[in-house]
Amino acid sequence: MKITYDWLKDHLLTNNSEKFLLSKLTDIGLEVESVEDASMDLDKFIVAKIVKAKKHPNADRLKICDVDIGKSKTIEVVCGATNAKDGLFTIYAPPGAIIPKNNIKLSVTKIRNVTSYGMLCSEAELNLSNESDGIIELKKNKYYKKVGKKYFDKKSSKLIDLSITPNRSDCLGIRGIARDLSAAGFGKFIISKNKKIKFKGNKKINVKISSEKNQGCLAFGSCLIKNVENVESPQWLKDKLISIGQKPISAIVDVTNYIMLDLNRPLHAYDADKINKGIIVRNSKKGEKFKALNNKEYKLGEGMCVITDNSGVLGLGGIIGGITTGTELGTKNVLLESAYFTPRSIRKTSKELNIDTDAKFRFERGIDPFSIEEGLVKASELIKEICGGEINKIDIKSIGKFKDTYIKFEIKSFQKIAGFKLPTKVIIKILNDLGFGIRINKNFLKLKVPSWRPDITQEIDVIEELMRIYGYDKIKQIEPIKNRKKPTLNKSQKLFHFLQRAIAAKGYQEAITWSFTDSKINDYFKSNNKNIKIVNPISSDLDVLRNSIFSNLIYHLNKNLNRDFKDLSIFEIGPVFYGSNPGEQETVIGALRSGKINRLSWIEKERNIDIFDIKKDVFKTLVEVGYDRSKFFVDDNTPNYYHPGKSGRVFLNKGKDRVAAYFGEIHPTIIKKMNIKTESLIGFEIFVNNLKDTKKTLKDQKTKYLVTDFQKSERDFAFIIDKNFDTQELIEIIFNTDRELIKDVNIFDVYEGEKIPENKKSIALNITIQSMNKPLNDNDLEKLNKLIIDNVEKKTGAKIRS
Amino acid sequence: MSELKKIKEKFLLKIQSKLNPSEINQIKTDLFGKEGLITSQFKKIGSIAESERKKFASDLNLIKDELSDLIDLKSKEVEIEQINIKLRKEKIDVTLPERNFLRGKIHPVSQTIDEISAIFSEIGFNVEEGPDVENEYNNFTALNTPDNHPARDMHDTFYLDVNKEKLLRTHTSPVQIRTMMNGKAPFKIIAPGRTYRSDSDQTHSPMFHQVEGLHIDKNINMGHLKGCLNYFIKEFFEVDKIKMRFRPSHFPFTEPSAEVDIGYEIKDGKIIIGEGDKWLEILGCGMVHPNVLKNVKVDPKKYQGYAFGIGIDRLAMLKYGINDLRSFFECDYRWLNHYGFDPIDVPTNYRGLSR
Repeated sequence: MKITYDWLKDHLLTNNSEKFLLSKLTDIGLEVESVEDASMDLDKFIVAKIVKAKKHPNADRLKICDVDIGKSKTIEVVCGATNAKDGLFTIYAPPGAIIPKNNIKLSVTKIRNVTSYGMLCSEAELNLSNESDGIIELKKNKYYKKVGKKYFDKKSSKLIDLSITPNRSDCLGIRGIARDLSAAGFGKFIISKNKKIKFKGNKKINVKISSEKNQGCLAFGSCLIKNVENVESPQWLKDKLISIGQKPISAIVDVTNYIMLDLNRPLHAYDADKINKGIIVRNSKKGEKFKALNNKEYKLGEGMCVITDNSGVLGLGGIIGGITTGTELGTKNVLLESAYFTPRSIRKTSKELNIDTDAKFRFERGIDPFSIEEGLVKASELIKEICGGEINKIDIKSIGKFKDTYIKFEIKSFQKIAGFKLPTKVIIKILNDLGFGIRINKNFLKLKVPSWRPDITQEIDVIEELMRIYGYDKIKQIEPIKNRKKPTLNKSQKLFHFLQRAIAAKGYQEAITWSFTDSKINDYFKSNNKNIKIVNPISSDLDVLRNSIFSNLIYHLNKNLNRDFKDLSIFEIGPVFYGSNPGEQETVIGALRSGKINRLSWIEKERNIDIFDIKKDVFKTLVEVGYDRSKFFVDDNTPNYYHPGKSGRVFLNKGKDRVAAYFGEIHPTIIKKMNIKTESLIGFEIFVNNLKDTKKTLKDQKTKYLVTDFQKSERDFAFIIDKNFDTQELIEIIFNTDRELIKDVNIFDVYEGEKIPENKKSIALNITIQSMNKPLNDNDLEKLNKLIIDNVEKKTGAKIRS
Repeated sequence: MSELKKIKEKFLLKIQSKLNPSEINQIKTDLFGKEGLITSQFKKIGSIAESERKKFASDLNLIKDELSDLIDLKSKEVEIEQINIKLRKEKIDVTLPERNFLRGKIHPVSQTIDEISAIFSEIGFNVEEGPDVENEYNNFTALNTPDNHPARDMHDTFYLDVNKEKLLRTHTSPVQIRTMMNGKAPFKIIAPGRTYRSDSDQTHSPMFHQVEGLHIDKNINMGHLKGCLNYFIKEFFEVDKIKMRFRPSHFPFTEPSAEVDIGYEIKDGKIIIGEGDKWLEILGCGMVHPNVLKNVKVDPKKYQGYAFGIGIDRLAMLKYGINDLRSFFECDYRWLNHYGFDPIDVPTNYRGLSR
């Protein structure tokens, strides 16, 4: 909402400074968004005289004007206006001036090879009127002494842009803002008296509000003004509209706009002669068409509130008028409309048709239903004053009755919310200034809510009004008590936290990417999930919720590769979605590593990142957050975005557990399709929701301390075993040979090739043996060796290598 | 000169010369070996006249001890020298670079969430969460923002179905609703998380982060709200003093509602929080609207309290001097490394937010 201090003063007696005004507005909840000094820009436009208008050598329609701008020398301006002629007084804009109409900043330009220093302006270019035909012709007798002087000599007041919250429809009129300011002690509110209007006749255009379900119009006031002469608005009215950035059009339209801006009372003016018989306000039928004042044709849906006559739709009530009955300069008879449309109906229709207008904005937020008559009276009087004519009697049709809102306000309720007491006298004063009707009782007030405040319906609304006007700065701060009754984080939140930092500690950069992604990339990683489409995505390449962290992560990893980074480690912990219902999501860690290890190292041999690097990261992380490595179980059943032969699935326990993690090479086809250039691309996913709570507290994790100093023995074995036999199982079989004595099994060599039969591999292991109870002699060890070999050979079909 | 003396003189000289370990061994053999000079002299003792035997034996023992001590000394000396030579040969350039190491970082948004949690933990808030996909009821209607409310326009909402029943939450406030629906008053929670609005420019991203706060109890008023936020802002920005301004505003789910500005100034291109006379809006808050309490079956006659919503990304930008909101989610390795935090920088109550 744009206002000026000058306009406010129409409703407010005050001598306060503008600076004070700005802070006061913000203090009472009318936030000042910006303040613009419009006059600075307009200062550049000066009165000028065309000394000589010559033909342009290279263009028939252009002229080169020698222009007197009050300096010792004239300047040359190229001008296309047909009315540019010798001796004409007009308005000149120098290079650097900003043309109000289009906000274009002028510069010195060459037009058809002739340099033009600035521009001669039309009225339209200065937003003075719609007149764009030719340049402004100033009256010689008024301006001949003013050549070189500013045209806009009046210092216009600063343009203040307020951000009005959606509950404050009353402040979409300048009078409402003045009332609020006055209640807060800023000036005295001028109560405008309703003059008794003298009606010239009883002529009217019949209006009927059809009583149907969901009728969006509850009241329709109209006033017929006959024999007007629609002219340009007088200067004061033009100035007013221009001062807040509105464009004057014609007196009738300007008056309706002025009343809307001043009193928050939207009006509409019809050319009465274009209305076919009477007006019917009804619900639209599906498929009805209508051409609006914005020159767009709309196809209406069913049940939109339309103003119609016998020929068809004249306008969308409270939103936009139609072109067929619009007023023009030639309009003789005007029908003014002042109506009440329900916010719900306005909102529904404007959303469906995607129309936003000043009137719609106001009706949507709720207009004072009792302002219908005032609007008609004020507007018709102004029109009569400017355009002449005869005002006929006002006619207000309505369905139903508007009721006042009453609230019982308990004095003590203020303190309960605000934390401090406000004297009843102050309460009454504030509410009175805001326009409440007040009946004072012992402990409470019976309040009649002003009709222009549809937002106030209950006691808490009244408390807010009091707080707002009295001042939020009066609230006394109460220091918080440092006392914790509940743990801050629950188990799974702690797990999230540990995992996040455990991964980062392994050299991964944490990324945060959007929860939505490109369905084309998502397709690679969605496994068995369906795409979860966003109905209104911000762009077509962010059209689905992600089924996997990888889609965005791999996209961004690739961007970094393209920035010439090679060896990257990156991860994200966040939600992925498997359905479009609330809660159909889980928390996943996705991580990617690319490139090499020890690239260009003087000391280590460089090699590609491989899946055992990443397996280490996964396992170490799981161990760090509290799970037992010796219980982990891995198989090779992984989703199709991993390399089928180089990826694994991890369970915390062998058995019916849910998947804890995947790790492996990203499928080469995806790497190729996404055109990713790197030596190696490995990833892992940890499914946070699938990790069981580690029930143990730190103190429970510390079990009995059991160690022994009895001699440890190590024995090496090599088995020739089927190539596809899982080493994990071999190790388990060895451990199971004697869980008490076998303390550790280490694989120190895996070999295939020469001297090993096809489809076999050789696995060399080092086994640590130790008893907790006694020293083991050679005999004991020999026995165990034999047992291990027998057991392995029997259970796996392997052969010990001799 | 006696033979013994001759031996002594000769070998004293030998021992003093530069020797290597094998030469020392040779001397040892020459003197004390089976056929060694000293050994031979000992063999002679029996054949010496009785009158001179005692003296001879005594002299011989003296010479033997003397030479043997000297040889030991020399031997140690040579050994040390040998080690020193070896070590000198082993010297390497220790200024060569160490083996490569990776340094991971925690994203500034995650760090900021942890900082916020640490601060509110101190005054008794616990962390609650809710889903990113919400139903229309929890996101709007229950929060006193009915279908026809113009405030809905301010939230450019992403929808997942044409009936507009399922959406990406536009704020973390629905966590309030879920928490109160499923629990019993009093409530004292914060709810950090992802939020979504269909808007994108330098200060808007279609996804961003918010932390919701809610404190409902029997007598919680605006004074508590002001005190809580003042405490939070001071702790968060790690300053002793803060200039804070409560300004009336409107949110459908709180009443009275306020926006909170903090004072700042720009010094050498850097933003200084808590000083200066410029104001910066950082959060919205208010007393929870009785309609909201009724919607979640909390009796507004018995319970009341405040709620607030803070933009996490915005706080991180202010505190750590980050300019462009969109850069948070672009995953530029250089940016992540620059603005990220070491994983050991865990904000805690006892150690504080910063090292």
